[in-house]
Amino acid sequence: MAENEKDIDEHSGVETTGHTWDGIKELNNPLPRWWLITWYICIAISIVYMVLMPAWPGIHGYTKGLRNHSERANVAAAMADLEAGRNETLKKLLLVESVGDIEQDSELLQLSMAAGASLFGDNCATCHGSGGQGFVGYPNLIDDDWLWGGTFAAIQQTLQHGVRADDPETRINLMLAYGRDGMLPREQISDLVEYVTSLSGGEADAQAVARAAPIFAQNCASCHGADGKGIQAQGAPNLTDAIWLYGGERKNIRETLQNGRGGVMPAWTSRLSDEQIVALAVYVHSLGGGE
Amino acid sequence: MSQTHTLIEDGIPAVAREAAVGVERVDVEAVNSAPKRELYKAREPIYPKLVHGKFRMLKWVVLFATLGVYYALPWLRWARGPGEPDQAVLVDFPGQRFYFFFIEIWPDELYYVTGLLILGALALFLATALFGRVWCGYTCPQTVWTDLYIAVERLVEGDRNKRMRLAAAPWSANKISKKLTKHSLWILIAMATGGAWVFYFHDAPTILPQLLLGRAPMSAYLFMGILTLTTYIFAGFMREQVCTFMCPWPRIQAALTDEETLQVTYREDRGEPRGAHKKGDSWDGRGDCISCRACVAACPMGIDIRDGAQLECINCALCIDACDDIMKKIDRPTGLIAYDTDKNRTLRAAGKKETFNLVRPRTILYAFVLGLVAVMITYGLSQRATIELNVLRDRTPPFVQLSNGAIRNAYTVKILNKSNETRTLVLTVDAPEGAQISAIGETVEGGKIQLNPESDAIHSIRLFVTLSQTSITKSSIPVTISILDPQSGEEAVNPTVFLSEGK
Repeated sequence: MAENEKDIDEHSGVETTGHTWDGIKELNNPLPRWWLITWYICIAISIVYMVLMPAWPGIHGYTKGLRNHSERANVAAAMADLEAGRNETLKKLLLVESVGDIEQDSELLQLSMAAGASLFGDNCATCHGSGGQGFVGYPNLIDDDWLWGGTFAAIQQTLQHGVRADDPETRINLMLAYGRDGMLPREQISDLVEYVTSLSGGEADAQAVARAAPIFAQNCASCHGADGKGIQAQGAPNLTDAIWLYGGERKNIRETLQNGRGGVMPAWTSRLSDEQIVALAVYVHSLGGGE
Repeated sequence: MSQTHTLIEDGIPAVAREAAVGVERVDVEAVNSAPKRELYKAREPIYPKLVHGKFRMLKWVVLFATLGVYYALPWLRWARGPGEPDQAVLVDFPGQRFYFFFIEIWPDELYYVTGLLILGALALFLATALFGRVWCGYTCPQTVWTDLYIAVERLVEGDRNKRMRLAAAPWSANKISKKLTKHSLWILIAMATGGAWVFYFHDAPTILPQLLLGRAPMSAYLFMGILTLTTYIFAGFMREQVCTFMCPWPRIQAALTDEETLQVTYREDRGEPRGAHKKGDSWDGRGDCISCRACVAACPMGIDIRDGAQLECINCALCIDACDDIMKKIDRPTGLIAYDTDKNRTLRAAGKKETFNLVRPRTILYAFVLGLVAVMITYGLSQRATIELNVLRDRTPPFVQLSNGAIRNAYTVKILNKSNETRTLVLTVDAPEGAQISAIGETVEGGKIQLNPESDAIHSIRLFVTLSQTSITKSSIPVTISILDPQSGEEAVNPTVFLSEGK
């Protein structure tokens, strides 16, 4: 076939591309018009787009386009808007006289429960568990036993200033390492283990308990009380109930006496707004243990 | 067929412009007829000629009725009480409600919409089994808007011949002004179509000024834009191609019609042999069809009904009006093209009497299922609960031990008040003997809590059930939570359990 000479297929009357495979020729039908028009529109749009929007990457940046569009900046602005809107709604929570009043107001209660649930999931669940059930060393928030008190005010203060946190008003208590620091000999610690076990109704060696009574009065009663029921103002746990933060078996009690204990809860004032802390306090109070 | 007929049908001499006395033969080709069908072919424009008659009138009535309903419905008000929207038909996405006059549906009741779609499908089946593609011919939005667009086109550019001349004419001020007027009117109609759609999703009197002032939400403009564009393109340019190439209905209908379905039919037994009729000629020994092609000129689908049933035919019946008009002129009985059944054609061919049989196993089945679904939906709506109760038992942890050794379970109880008034309801917790029941922010007396849930909303409360170790008999104890409206006696019950480690 000569150059520049059209090869017309005799059956369809359509020009072929001139390519032949095993005697089969390819028809050179024109592209559908709607397809071509769409394609030209796409080209036109892409040129307009390149002028208006960020398009070409460079070595030290990219072409910004006339509209100076930035999706990252849009997201940041949208998030700020959202946050501002939320805070506006949550501000209502600061208008009540005491946090306890929120539970009596259906609208404020539903609001703080919704906000509290999401804040709890983001900030608290890592240590206290998604349902507030806690783990060994991390207090259970849904039972009725509290180290520092379960009233609205007490929960709010713990949230604001934390425990052993980097905050001037933080809550501090101290369980000494009686064994490790050599404050009590080994035999007396063994007797104390029996004594503490007996406090919560466990079976214990009566002789050891009798021997430990004066040791308890001298070393432990100042924080845990003469009857072992704890003093919330000092964050000293009740030793007579069924709840144990670090476990209630003899080996756990021995470890506590030997090495001491001291968990840390961060102060949240710097990270959460006042409204958010109120919402969280109401949520934690409602988990079941609120006093 | 005699030679005369062949001559007239195949190659008409320039002098034979008359199909009969006083009836000019229309110079028209059925551009979409089956014999001319090709795989790769540019669309040939169709210029449907205006006809007059009972079916054209019926189509005008249906057009105004359907468009009237579409444009007016969102403006209809329906009082529902304070705080509730007063729009009769409203799909409220932000509020998660669907309102239809006295019916209000929550998202968990979307099956009613499914029921409505099933109802629509069955009604379509029944109508098709009885009367063929009446949906396509009269009520389909594509047909209605195309009809409206053609009416506008006719108003601006004139009827068939004028439109064809204008299309062929070189560009002039007159042509530009006519095209400009036509397209402006089309775009206005398209925008009104898209705009009216938006009214179904917002309060119409509120959104209209917002739409005009550019203050409506982006989604409103997006949907208005999409519908404006599709209306303009589908009704203005694509027209019959939408029915033939995009719509599945022409393919489905073959399975829904039978030989007793009334369809727009050319009665070839009466019409053939066709041919021009000269003055003074006898009608004996020939058919009534005078090959005037009025039926082809009237067809918006570009087909020749005389080729028989074909998938392009939307059964709009305009060819019936066109043909009847001619039959009256030549003093022959009307109904050469008419609603007819395949069975009757066979009966007539055999010299038997015609029968019309609307009640057939197929139509009985469709009507029965249609009625059944309608009754189910009506019953469901009449028995629709206005209170619902959902109990979500805390799972992490399933239970918690208290300082005195007692076990407590926590439940989030959600009460759905689907009525339009704040009501006084009583929540009852049926727990084993000795259980302590408490709820955040509520007073519990004898296992009962009095609640005042807001109208048309979900009220959520947190409930605690505590059992002492001595009251626990097994690891899973049934607890029943129920809610009662003492006024109406309506009740919702939700069984749940109290979990513990057991004895």
